[in-house]
Amino acid sequence: MADPGATAVGLRPADAELLPQVRIKRWGRWVAAVLVAAVLVLLLVAVSRGDIDYGSVPDLLTQQVILEGLVNTIVLAVVAQGGAIVLGTVVALMRTSTNPVLRAVSWLYVWVFRGLPVLLQILLWYNIALVFPTISIPVPFTGSYLVDQPANALMTGFLAALLGLGLNESAYMAEIVRAGLTSVDRGQTEAAKSIGMGPRKVLTRVVLPQAMRVIIPPTGNDFINMLKGTSIASVIGFTELIHAANNLSSRSLAVMETLLAVAVWYMVVVSVANVGQYFLERHYGAAHRDPSAGIWSRIGGSLKVPPFVRGQR
Amino acid sequence: MSAPVTAPVEGAVERDVLVRAKQVRKHYGALEVLRGVDLTVRRGEVVVLLGASGAGKSTLLRCINHLEAADGGEIWVDGVPIGFRLADGKLHELPERGVARQRADIGMVFQRFNLFPHRTVLDNVVEGPVQVLGVPRKEAEARARELLARVGLAEKVDVYPDRLSGGQQQRVAIARALAMRPKLLLFDEPTSALDPELVGEVLAVMTELAREGMTMIVVTHEIAFAREVADHVVFMDGGVVVEEGPPEAVIGAPQHERTRSFLARVSS
Repeated sequence: MADPGATAVGLRPADAELLPQVRIKRWGRWVAAVLVAAVLVLLLVAVSRGDIDYGSVPDLLTQQVILEGLVNTIVLAVVAQGGAIVLGTVVALMRTSTNPVLRAVSWLYVWVFRGLPVLLQILLWYNIALVFPTISIPVPFTGSYLVDQPANALMTGFLAALLGLGLNESAYMAEIVRAGLTSVDRGQTEAAKSIGMGPRKVLTRVVLPQAMRVIIPPTGNDFINMLKGTSIASVIGFTELIHAANNLSSRSLAVMETLLAVAVWYMVVVSVANVGQYFLERHYGAAHRDPSAGIWSRIGGSLKVPPFVRGQR
Repeated sequence: MSAPVTAPVEGAVERDVLVRAKQVRKHYGALEVLRGVDLTVRRGEVVVLLGASGAGKSTLLRCINHLEAADGGEIWVDGVPIGFRLADGKLHELPERGVARQRADIGMVFQRFNLFPHRTVLDNVVEGPVQVLGVPRKEAEARARELLARVGLAEKVDVYPDRLSGGQQQRVAIARALAMRPKLLLFDEPTSALDPELVGEVLAVMTELAREGMTMIVVTHEIAFAREVADHVVFMDGGVVVEEGPPEAVIGAPQHERTRSFLARVSS
């Protein structure tokens, strides 16, 4: 009790008696800043001395082939992810149902489609003509066919990539949706039942909207993975961004310049996806929204923080 | 209380009886929670279930609206066998959708409130009438506002539940149950999760409901509430009804040792 101010319990020294406080000097920040600046300068020097024509990158961005690849990449990723979300939700509902047959089937589904490498799945679909030369799906009792074509004509690069990427992702989505469903408190289901809701209403009105808060962040993660993962489709000659870049640079020989242009596009597309995810999360977190932030500061904020950190809020 | 009624098919034999539970049994694995419970609740009556935790009160309550399926016995509410359809002298098990229709007439208030956190207070109350009963939204909203005013929350209509105190949340939950115009209200320890100073406001709403003639089955540890509001008190222990009757008898002059020791523990 050497403190001269605390002489008696309940007695506080007047402001004038407070001693000056000395803050910690955070030297580490200055040291780190100097080191980082030095490394950056060295990097810039190295990069600027490299044998590369940066001036051609902006032109390459808008080359016909590159734009075609960009559109294909986006379409493939969106359709594959969209299909995976629908399929995955169905599989997750099967997994959480009381029907033991459906539970077993959904487990098997996830086991197979999550277990095999995406590249292998794409190759299997692409080469399916080797096993089934024609693919026919008859419409029962009518004698006509829904599909009746040679497999080679049917199984385009797009379809093979879509099946490979989409089915693989649907297995992951099934697990994400299942995690979301089980994250909702059982009391919510009971409350919904107690006001007379049937199983469908309980799911669509009460459980799923709350599960969304858990489902969206990892789904956003997966979609960003999907956007980049479409590059695998280049191995079967589907003209997505990477394949387009290879096509272009094999003629122009500006390999690094073309790859840089493609890198820019990937970053743009991924950033847009980030912003979309941010607003989806806002929508489903309506009960916890901070209404004061303006739209631009929110977009800015959405790019600052990695997705899962935001989901935990 | 007379001996258990053993008529195979009850129907609406006694018009003033709203709930009749007969020989209800329930077990979780080897644990027998209910061992043949009989219960009769008349229209407009307030029945309080007392007993130590684990006595089976909440399980019995949850069997009445089929949140738990009883393993044996029958539960009839207003002449309807809960969880079943009566046809050619047999009880046919109903699918979940059919049970949902039966539950629409039976309101329930939970210990942990269980309000829908993603909807505003008004939407919580409107949800059932609009989604289940098909009441037009405008009409449902008008009635919801009325109910919320009755439980003293008229100014909280547009707020999300997590901004409310426990007592306020529980009062919204009561309004949500009332919005369905239930024949019967079940209360599962409605004040057990509340801070002591918030218990009174919820009990006041429940007392008011009882005065208005609502049929209620209440699981609670609030002995004072049971003494003042209940028409009939049921003391359970070990999955059976030990003693029942008017509050003056069961609480005022308990006949069984188990009732006495329970009351001594609760009121001390």
